[in-house]
Amino acid sequence: MFPTPIERTKPSTQRLYKIALPISIIIWLLPLLAVALTSIRSGVDINSGNYWGMPTSINFFENYTAVFTDSPLGYYILNSFKITIPTVIGAIVLSSLTGFALGVYRFKLNLLVFFLFVAGNFIPYQILMVPVRDLSLSLGLYNSVWGLVAFHIAFQTGFCTFFMRNFIRALPFELIEAARVEGVSEFKIFWYVVVPLMRPAMAALSVLIFTFIWNDYFWALVLTQGADSMPITAGLNSLNGQWIANQHLVSAGSIIAALPPVLMFFLMQKHFIAGLTLGAVK
Amino acid sequence: MAPGIFMFSLYVIFPIFQSIGLSFYQWDGLGEKTYIGVENYIELLDDEYFFISLKNNVIWLVLYILAIPAGLFAALFLNQTVRGIRIYKSLFFFPFVISQVVVGLVFSWFYDPSNGLLNVVLEGFGFNPVAILAEEDYATYGIIAAGLWPQTAYCMILYLTGLNSVDPEQIEAGRIDNARGWKMLWYVILPQLKPATFIAVVVTVIGALRSFDLISIMTAGGPWGSSRVLAYYMYEKAFSEYGFRMGYSAAIAVVLLAIMMVYIGLILYRLYRDEKGY
Repeated sequence: MFPTPIERTKPSTQRLYKIALPISIIIWLLPLLAVALTSIRSGVDINSGNYWGMPTSINFFENYTAVFTDSPLGYYILNSFKITIPTVIGAIVLSSLTGFALGVYRFKLNLLVFFLFVAGNFIPYQILMVPVRDLSLSLGLYNSVWGLVAFHIAFQTGFCTFFMRNFIRALPFELIEAARVEGVSEFKIFWYVVVPLMRPAMAALSVLIFTFIWNDYFWALVLTQGADSMPITAGLNSLNGQWIANQHLVSAGSIIAALPPVLMFFLMQKHFIAGLTLGAVK
Repeated sequence: MAPGIFMFSLYVIFPIFQSIGLSFYQWDGLGEKTYIGVENYIELLDDEYFFISLKNNVIWLVLYILAIPAGLFAALFLNQTVRGIRIYKSLFFFPFVISQVVVGLVFSWFYDPSNGLLNVVLEGFGFNPVAILAEEDYATYGIIAAGLWPQTAYCMILYLTGLNSVDPEQIEAGRIDNARGWKMLWYVILPQLKPATFIAVVVTVIGALRSFDLISIMTAGGPWGSSRVLAYYMYEKAFSEYGFRMGYSAAIAVVLLAIMMVYIGLILYRLYRDEKGY
């Protein structure tokens, strides 16, 4: 292990390390702690500029309910779920099919198609903005949850296919061969042999895509208007514009917006990191 | 496989070419398109703000790369087995999971000239408060610092995973040969972390060229357009009150795409080499 395990160092170093750990984490997360603290302050504190002293009263309950009753935040969150969940399902279904095709069959254009997916996934997506907005308008999907879902599924399919294809390539090919010899149809091979083996990849991708889509802001800005279909990210920004002097409420909103992906991360940490670090080790 | 390719072509591949085509037209998004040849590009050459955005993209790219060494050192710091270390690792990773919108809001408050933590600290040391995001010279750097926060976390997790698979025998061999500290890191550890470094570079460069959310949240490109990047500038040209110039926006998109293609080409070349190794 590198660096030298701390148990093998001098006791003074060990003590220093144990002190340094919590201090560094507090500094690292200081901006977040500040927001959490602000989110339970009262409006009086905010108006009198008491941002950093002791809160005069703890308004945890008041602030967090006010956010839901005084603003469409509840709607925004609902929209975020309505966008995120179908996207995750759609992207996983499409990409396991494409990943299977690219991973198992050897045809001439295989590598070309694969590279197209990879390259498409790497482009700065802002360059798609004008055509995609037009497309959504002409399909009647502009300013609707489904317009965002359709685009996200399509774009995420690039990354997911890359992931799935590499995962399938690493599976033992003999399994598929054996099934073929037995005369099992290709679709059944996919469904009964490959899909069960792909579960870990699917789990990892679901968590990742959930976080990516939940946190998307750009496409929400380009493809929606108003509270009907706006997800929480864009919604939060518009609230920030309206609630200039109500930082405690915006803070509470931020914490709520951050909660689902954070929970997802903590509950599914292993899958999340597995997905994110794919390829970081040989 | 067909539906996947269909969706991806419809929403990604095809629009790329539409954008390129559109860049030769003048169009307000509603009326008729007029073919104007390369005029959009000629106008770009004369556009001061285009060059400011381009310059900012370069600054983003260069400074964003700092997330890689920073992530490496965070990983080295945390690669221990003391009690509770898993919680620490998770907490360090936290900023990456949060939406950039929240990161942007958090940092705008952090920089706030009257009550922000940064200025409270600065005043504590007897300095004058600085309104980072309102100063032409500082705004971009302020935003990049905010962007480095989650990006460093990302690179850290890549390196932590990489460090897990470093061959312990080689480290022991290095120790016998009296390699220690920096030398060990440079000659023994880093070569084994190459795959992690490759991914870290890929995602960091893409992240830098895609930067949009933080700029939109923190400064909206201001003050006076000084913190725009190409991705943000093309958005303004197409959809904001300055805009509805779809063709011009598409021309900016093509420039950004061209920069990116060089880089995507390199990645694909590497992938291709790996594939041939099968």
